[in-house]
Amino acid sequence: MNRGVAVTGMGIISAIGNNTDANYRSLLSSESGISFPEILKTTHKNIPVGEIKISNRSLAESLELPKDHSFTRAALLGSIAVKEALEQSKININAETGFISGTSVGGIDETENHFKEFTEGKTKNNRFIRSQHPGFTTEKIAEHFGITGFVSTISTACSSGANAIMMGARMIKAGKLKRVIVGGTDCLTKFTLNGFNSLMILSEEHCRSFDENRNGLNLGEGAAYLVLEAEEELKGKTVLGRIMGYGNANDAFHQTASSENGEGAFLAMHQALKISNLSSGKIDYINAHGTATKNNDLSESRAIRRLFGENVPHFSSTKAFTGHSLAAAGALEAVYSLISLNKQQMFPNLNFFRAMSETELQPITELKEKKLNFILSNSFGFGGNCTSLIFAKDEA
Amino acid sequence: MKPKIYINGISSISAQNLDFEENPVSYHKTIFPAISPNYKEFIKPMALRRMSKAIKMGITSAKVALNEAKIVNPDAIITGTGEGCKQDTERFLENLIDQDEELLSPTSFIQSTHNTIGGQIALNLGCKNYNVTYTQNSASLESALLDAEMQLLETSEKKSVLVGGVDELSEKITQFRALDGQLKSIDIHNLDLLKEDSPGTITSEGSHFFTLSTEKNNKSYAEFKGVSIKNSIQPEKINDEVEIFLNRNNINAAAIDVVILGNNGDNRCDHYYKNLQQNLFKNTAQLAYKHLVGDYDTVSGFALYSACKILKSRRISSILKLNTSKPKELKNILIYNQYLGRDHSLILLSAV
Repeated sequence: MNRGVAVTGMGIISAIGNNTDANYRSLLSSESGISFPEILKTTHKNIPVGEIKISNRSLAESLELPKDHSFTRAALLGSIAVKEALEQSKININAETGFISGTSVGGIDETENHFKEFTEGKTKNNRFIRSQHPGFTTEKIAEHFGITGFVSTISTACSSGANAIMMGARMIKAGKLKRVIVGGTDCLTKFTLNGFNSLMILSEEHCRSFDENRNGLNLGEGAAYLVLEAEEELKGKTVLGRIMGYGNANDAFHQTASSENGEGAFLAMHQALKISNLSSGKIDYINAHGTATKNNDLSESRAIRRLFGENVPHFSSTKAFTGHSLAAAGALEAVYSLISLNKQQMFPNLNFFRAMSETELQPITELKEKKLNFILSNSFGFGGNCTSLIFAKDEA
Repeated sequence: MKPKIYINGISSISAQNLDFEENPVSYHKTIFPAISPNYKEFIKPMALRRMSKAIKMGITSAKVALNEAKIVNPDAIITGTGEGCKQDTERFLENLIDQDEELLSPTSFIQSTHNTIGGQIALNLGCKNYNVTYTQNSASLESALLDAEMQLLETSEKKSVLVGGVDELSEKITQFRALDGQLKSIDIHNLDLLKEDSPGTITSEGSHFFTLSTEKNNKSYAEFKGVSIKNSIQPEKINDEVEIFLNRNNINAAAIDVVILGNNGDNRCDHYYKNLQQNLFKNTAQLAYKHLVGDYDTVSGFALYSACKILKSRRISSILKLNTSKPKELKNILIYNQYLGRDHSLILLSAV
């Protein structure tokens, strides 16, 4: 029987809280974390973002790092989330503990800070020279927790975190690891803020996922990690939920845009159901990607319609709470899905007023309680990378 | 029984010509570019114009590896890249700084994400299957190989996987390596790299793709036996770690006919290789390759490519040899690599 892979710990930091409880409280009270940038030193002061209002210095202090540390902001956020996940799962870190982290731009925040001085040949901050490599950020986190075994990074833009969770679950299933910490981290950077701004897909208001009049996304930042353990390692431990299935497909349509009919998204969801050995009717709730861009939400809605027909389960996007935290999004939403399974609650899609004419899909707009056994979580990214995960309640 | 995995297609774009044995290209620099093939044979001119070198090299070598294996649409495309599309990253970053975040064109941002290469290969082939990109420094290609192995063994549905590693140079970010001691402080002749006793190395770029399959054909290069990644290893433990990996693959050190090592002339970290050369693989034929193609995150693709060639042709190019040991047979090849003491990897191949 497919029992899936057990999750025994989770940790999160996002614009709506510094740990799982704080995130849950914000989700319960519909409190959005969207604000204007204060920590990120950008000229775009009027673009709303999901920013974590803690400086790098305070984050470093709370991790008790030395002053001359070389942690990028993504490594700082990642370490805070991993710490919480480890405290919950109480695993011993040894050679058979792996770490797989998703990140889209890694430590480019430090590259943009020091680019000019490096170009001029100044070496004062040369400990950040390699920060542009995504693996650099991952390695800093691994180092901090004494993880010396399998360490890897996935960078598939906005589906990175979900792909890291999938890879970890597969490695446990294949017997390659006994336990693995999986998830993603990305911080706000001028690079990504200006990148999305140049694509003209940032909203000047709070984002309105799945709404007819949605006009773009809010960029966010955050990190979230899960601890996955092999069955024989559990020994009566509390299991927060199980990763039942996963699917990965490529839209192969356009470098940044999603196809009209959501082919990649459809294939990823379909594959996840197949691996889980579940029919579509078993899905109780979808935590949608729902970035609130015209393109994504239509493409995802069509894919959902194609897969579920007239029986679309309850669904919502939590992007209006956190902003779109890129590589971390799939990991943040994995934590939200696990909270949903444990509390038997679905969190609202904020700022929704009118269904889009093409699909008429209505997300849930207020907190709802329901018997939840299986939750589907979607993450789609540039490069056509689409990933879907299915989480199950432990006893489901 | 666990199915076997074969390498049925290989390709290499590097700073060397493919006939490097007779005519090795010599450079007197610490940074030197890859030799470009005729990209027009593989990519339409319109598309070619917009592409950075990483994308051009990636698509071209992916197509060569697929053609060799006679695969049109692989069941998965798995890419490793340490630094991804560095040229577009650098361009967007510079514009952003120079223009004070105003009036930026999105083109270079769009092509800057690390998964652009894998995404563009999928787009070019119209391949909607599994697609993932790994970016773990010098273990990026190896991460991709591990995923490829699992893809082929998890179900019997997947028959062929395209897997490869790509990294490109960029004008400024690559040059930053001189500031933290990753490069030699003075220009050296690449072919003399392994005689160096100083810190730093030389760097370049390239792309290596492989078609892995559960089906053997009469052109198969090698059997892919396994890959292992370990983030950090204490210097004195390296022999033990290699033995653990060999044991797991039911083989011992004496059965390894050739070991391909990542010596890069950096006297701070080459001790990992030298320790193996003097102990576990003292009597084994030892090869090295970074004096030919430089060191960069996915350069082990060149080692894997060379190993495939050796196993198929049954001969070893003398320019690769570190010692005079002659292997009795050419059956098992082990590849070991690390960079600055981190991201250690082992790949094991056997003759078909």
